[in-house]
Amino acid sequence: MKSAKVTRVFFTVVFVIFFLVLLWEGYKWMGQQTDDQWPGTNFGLPVATNDTIMPHFVDVVGELTAEIRDGQSSMPMYAFLLKKAWFTFQEAAIGFILGLTIGMGLAVLMSRWKVSERGLLPWINVSQTIPLIALAPVVVTWGRNQGLPDLFSISLISTYLTFFPVAVSGLRGLQSPDAAHVELMHSYAASWRTTLFKLRLPAARPYLFPALKLAGSLSIVGAIVGEISIGRKTGLGRAILEYALRYAIFPERLYASVIGAAFLGLMVFGMINLAERFFMRRTREVAS
Amino acid sequence: MKLKKTMRAFALLTAVTLFMTSCGSDEASVGTGDCESVDSVTLQLQWFAQAQFAGYYAAEDGGIYDNYCLDVTIMEGGVDIVPQQQLASGAADFAISWVPKVLVSLEEGMNLVNVAQVFQRSGTLQVSWADSGINEPADMAGKTVGNWGWGNEFELLAGAHRAGLDPATDFNLVGQGFDMLGLLSGEMDAVQAMIYNEYAQVLEAINPDTGELYTADDMTVIDWNDVGTAMLNDAIWADGDRLASDDAYADITTRFVAASLEGWAHCRDHADECVEFVLNNGSALGASHQTWQMNEINALIWPSEGGVGMIDADLWAQTVDVATAEGILAAAPGDGAYTNEYAEAANDILDGKGISTTGSDWTRATVTLNEGGE
Repeated sequence: MKSAKVTRVFFTVVFVIFFLVLLWEGYKWMGQQTDDQWPGTNFGLPVATNDTIMPHFVDVVGELTAEIRDGQSSMPMYAFLLKKAWFTFQEAAIGFILGLTIGMGLAVLMSRWKVSERGLLPWINVSQTIPLIALAPVVVTWGRNQGLPDLFSISLISTYLTFFPVAVSGLRGLQSPDAAHVELMHSYAASWRTTLFKLRLPAARPYLFPALKLAGSLSIVGAIVGEISIGRKTGLGRAILEYALRYAIFPERLYASVIGAAFLGLMVFGMINLAERFFMRRTREVAS
Repeated sequence: MKLKKTMRAFALLTAVTLFMTSCGSDEASVGTGDCESVDSVTLQLQWFAQAQFAGYYAAEDGGIYDNYCLDVTIMEGGVDIVPQQQLASGAADFAISWVPKVLVSLEEGMNLVNVAQVFQRSGTLQVSWADSGINEPADMAGKTVGNWGWGNEFELLAGAHRAGLDPATDFNLVGQGFDMLGLLSGEMDAVQAMIYNEYAQVLEAINPDTGELYTADDMTVIDWNDVGTAMLNDAIWADGDRLASDDAYADITTRFVAASLEGWAHCRDHADECVEFVLNNGSALGASHQTWQMNEINALIWPSEGGVGMIDADLWAQTVDVATAEGILAAAPGDGAYTNEYAEAANDILDGKGISTTGSDWTRATVTLNEGGE
């Protein structure tokens, strides 16, 4: 039963990739025939189909195996991207864990005292309107003055993006139990702490995991943006930026590095899915 | 008892430190590797590791900083890193930046000093296709002209004004990325390029009409050095307050400037080795691109008629004039914005080591660029 499901997922993925490649190449082929116009009309296509804007899929994949020099050593592009992705993953992971801790802390605080919710929630919302390009130099300058490595500064940028969905959805989740359930806990004379661990936190899970999936992707985005902004050499963000600057002559490399970033995002998404399955197991047993 | 022991250890430590610092600043032994103590300093670059900064990487990886008793950490730039800000905030001890950009920061209240004008000429160009008919600034009238913004466009705007053009109305001034896509795609008629970087990108791209790489003959170039609106580029900046109050920092500055300029002299005489240093530090740009860049950077530095790192008062005045005429600066900066004190000391040290400080016999090499700069 289980292996049948795996096979099904596998074939779905293969089919979707195949379909997307077909769409890409088909659109490109059509554009090349009609000089970038919709067939039979004078209307231009929204995206030009030349080899710079839309390189052939085969060329992009081929680029993944091309030899790249990275400092003193030389390696295939895919290994290079994996190495960079590993650094970005570390930054994102620290950011994610910090964001999760701070977000949950805030959620618990706000659910405990109504006044703290009223006082904090508007500021939590406002925090997300500060553009990262304003924040990044402040964070890195502060970090360097404190003698912290740039890796940590980048993680902090990641934290800044990830704590938000956790705090907001966490609060919603902690407030989700029915009044009847809360009153039942009261009737047991359960302490606030017991109510939190036995009732509120378990009830928050269905609200939390969608937020964590969002936070996981945001932590990668934050790490990549932080790397670009600060100029840290080791991560995926730097690779993307450098290839973006040379897009005009090497478009395949930019696409290859973006595939690397997408792959990293999917990995994180998958890891959070696994965690969700583990933590939600008991709910499912009860539900079925 | 225990306290006494600690006190004694402390006193001993102080004595040793004093002894070591007094030896570290001994004039006669500067740059010889005879170190009693080593000072840790950080250098903030404007951008990623590339041959534009080869002199510093050569000094670091080639052991020149070691000889000057310095342990230098080179911090690469990023999209949102402003070198002079890192310097002023104390996050870096020295910074590399263009003169006009720092002059703006000085007006905003930072106290920074240009201690070595490494690039004697400007590397900024305005590049067009040969058939576009743009050969001088006046020809930009009615054309689509790309510019980078962020203070990289001052020379272009000044050049246009000088040709009697108003950038706001007489041509279509558009923002451009740090690449040559605008020119290659035909979207823009004239784009900004550094001779050592973006200009080479075109020469590394395939011309679809011929199936071969573009050549220099396919392009026309406006060189702001010739137009007379060129502004001074890369210089080493130090913290003005610390120079005035902290003798140890002033001593470190002397050694840092001398070692860095020795690094640049090394890259003049051993360009290939310096390209390797840069590539070893993880540049995503290919070997032929970096070799091109190294050659062009050398051309911006050498010959340094007045000695390497020395500020040419006329070019400084031209930079300030252009900046004030363009409204970039409200007024000319004070005298303290630059000093030749450290560069002079550095020239003496290099002379003493038998290293040419003017590079008068340097000649430009011929570099062949490969597709994609590989």
